[in-house]
Amino acid sequence: MTVPTQPRTDVLAEHDLVQLLAPDGRRREHPEYRWDGDVATLCGLYRDLFLVRRVDTEAHALQRHGELGLWAPCLGQEAAQVGAGRALQNQDFVFPTYREHGLAWTRGIDPVKLLGLFRGSDLGGWDPTEAGMALYSIVIGAQTLHAVGYAMGLGLDDQVGHADAERDSAVLACFGDGATSQGDVNEAFVWAASFHAPVVFLCQNNQYAISVPLERQTHVPLAQRAEGFGFPGVRVDGNDVLAVQAVVSAALQRARNGEGPTLVEAVTYRVGPHTTSDDPTRYRDPQEVEHWKERDPLLRLRRHLEAEGIEESYFADLDAEAEALGRHLREACKALPEPDLADMFDRVHAEGTPELAEQKAAYVAYRSSFEGGAA
Amino acid sequence: MTQKMSIAKAINAGLRAAMDTDRHVLVMGEDVGRLGGVFRVTDGLQKDFGEGRVIDTPLGESGIVGAAVGLAMRGFRPVVEIQFDGFVYPAYDQIVSQVAKLHARSSGQVKMPMVIRIPFGGGIGAVEHHSESPEGQFVLTAGLKVVSPSNAHDAYWMIQQAIASDDPIVFMEPKRRYWENGEVGDEDTPLHVSRVVREGADATLLAYGPMVRTCLDAAEAAQAEGRELEVVDLRTLSPLDLAPVHESVRRTGRAIVVHEAARTLGLGAEIAARVQEECFYSLEAPVLRVTGYDLPYPASRVEDEFLPDLDRVLDAVDRSLAF
Repeated sequence: MTVPTQPRTDVLAEHDLVQLLAPDGRRREHPEYRWDGDVATLCGLYRDLFLVRRVDTEAHALQRHGELGLWAPCLGQEAAQVGAGRALQNQDFVFPTYREHGLAWTRGIDPVKLLGLFRGSDLGGWDPTEAGMALYSIVIGAQTLHAVGYAMGLGLDDQVGHADAERDSAVLACFGDGATSQGDVNEAFVWAASFHAPVVFLCQNNQYAISVPLERQTHVPLAQRAEGFGFPGVRVDGNDVLAVQAVVSAALQRARNGEGPTLVEAVTYRVGPHTTSDDPTRYRDPQEVEHWKERDPLLRLRRHLEAEGIEESYFADLDAEAEALGRHLREACKALPEPDLADMFDRVHAEGTPELAEQKAAYVAYRSSFEGGAA
Repeated sequence: MTQKMSIAKAINAGLRAAMDTDRHVLVMGEDVGRLGGVFRVTDGLQKDFGEGRVIDTPLGESGIVGAAVGLAMRGFRPVVEIQFDGFVYPAYDQIVSQVAKLHARSSGQVKMPMVIRIPFGGGIGAVEHHSESPEGQFVLTAGLKVVSPSNAHDAYWMIQQAIASDDPIVFMEPKRRYWENGEVGDEDTPLHVSRVVREGADATLLAYGPMVRTCLDAAEAAQAEGRELEVVDLRTLSPLDLAPVHESVRRTGRAIVVHEAARTLGLGAEIAARVQEECFYSLEAPVLRVTGYDLPYPASRVEDEFLPDLDRVLDAVDRSLAF
């Protein structure tokens, strides 16, 4: 069998990408989307991007030092995540993949809490209700259905369409380009359309599902698929934090207004490996990586800020802040408490069972039979 | 109150009572609304509670369960219907990887008060995928609870208890018994409790769901031959409640587990292991199993050969007593 392929330009066409900040740092106009913040807000976004990158690279290094079993880097995707995260209102809710470190940052989750899952200290480190963000989801695409269900619940709870900025709520469902081949994601699209659910589907198209390139998942730009499901799809430069924030803000507001779902395809690039266990040199041209490094989301905003006259001391202060954050992560990672298997028995159910109580007792008794015994 | 009704009607009445009690209870699935479900178990609920609470969903089992996860996270108590046993597999990932694990993964911060209703088992002459007994696959999944009523009284109360639970519960409905009538009385048994439904001193039959009636019929027939068989309705498959089973087997010395599901790694395997651990010195014979064979569910014209019935149960009783 020959496997048909198409040139990558078809699925990665740039002509319809919403872009408000070009790679050279210059602002661009768009007929539909605007970003109207001041310089202080721009600096805030740059701080987010810069510190998220530090969290990510620090965690990557912690894996290399043997402190984490695995890490899934978001290097290169910071703008897609921070832009979307800064479009959220407090009452909104996020359903992430396992790579959403930038979104977690914008939700105020202490980055140390991201590490437990990868260190093997816990199975998910934060309270989803408190954070407004579900735990990381590792099964590809499964969380998009949860997002739609949660969004249906917002409708049933009458939290949509009141022109009330503090009440009206929406859901952000995250997934990648590979996930668009999953049944669950397609079912989520059907459900969202059928129930007019207040959900924004954020596809971070980083062009690879581990090693498999985008054209094996799709022969049309991913955002185009939305039309077939009956809701709008928008393609945005995922390395442009301003464009992502503008597009996701509009989509979320549309959802909060009761106007239904939107698919946002943020075209970006996974500069690092899929995870620390991956070796992308086996399937990617180094020149391609260099091409995307030049389109780096931090670089372009820094160029813009420098052109705006932001002084060097601002960047120096940020460096110091990142250093402190890195130190905090290193120390806190090593100080994460060791899990106790005995606790696990109590967490399986809300209402515990005699069977598990019995197994726990047997385990604890067996374990304690070694305590104080001969070496 | 005591009222005579079918198992299907009893579940319907139980759903209605739960929906009356708590506005967060939602019923969702394929054809559950306007049609009232293909077995009419949800008949009339949409008319009375509206399309917002009795939701005809798109045709996608993973979607049904996956969306229910999000609704549960939002504070609802979804009761989802999988139309037939053999159609649960598209939702298997959501049930096993998501529903079952979220409480543990979140250290208890996320609760999954969801009921997954599945009409199960054979004996209705259906085409393939409509007669299966997948309960064992959910029993062996940590984080799920699995129950199966065998009669109208239990159906009425157990569905309400399952809905009231903060844990996800797979509710296996004995579809071939849907139309059997029984008295529904006042609540008398907690959800996760097994019960002796017929007393006897010679051997203990263990069953759940559709096979409880089969075992009661077998016990009736055995009595005519002078044998007294005890019948335990397990009711709860996960967690198992085996204290009444052990107590019974210590008296009778003989145990026979009966289920439609295939033999290998079925409930009978676990129960046999536990009974021999707990009742080793009381056993007069090995624990026997009367089950479906390790086959794909057969064409319906031979399903009577595949399914345990009165004669196969009594044959096992003979073998146990002859040991």
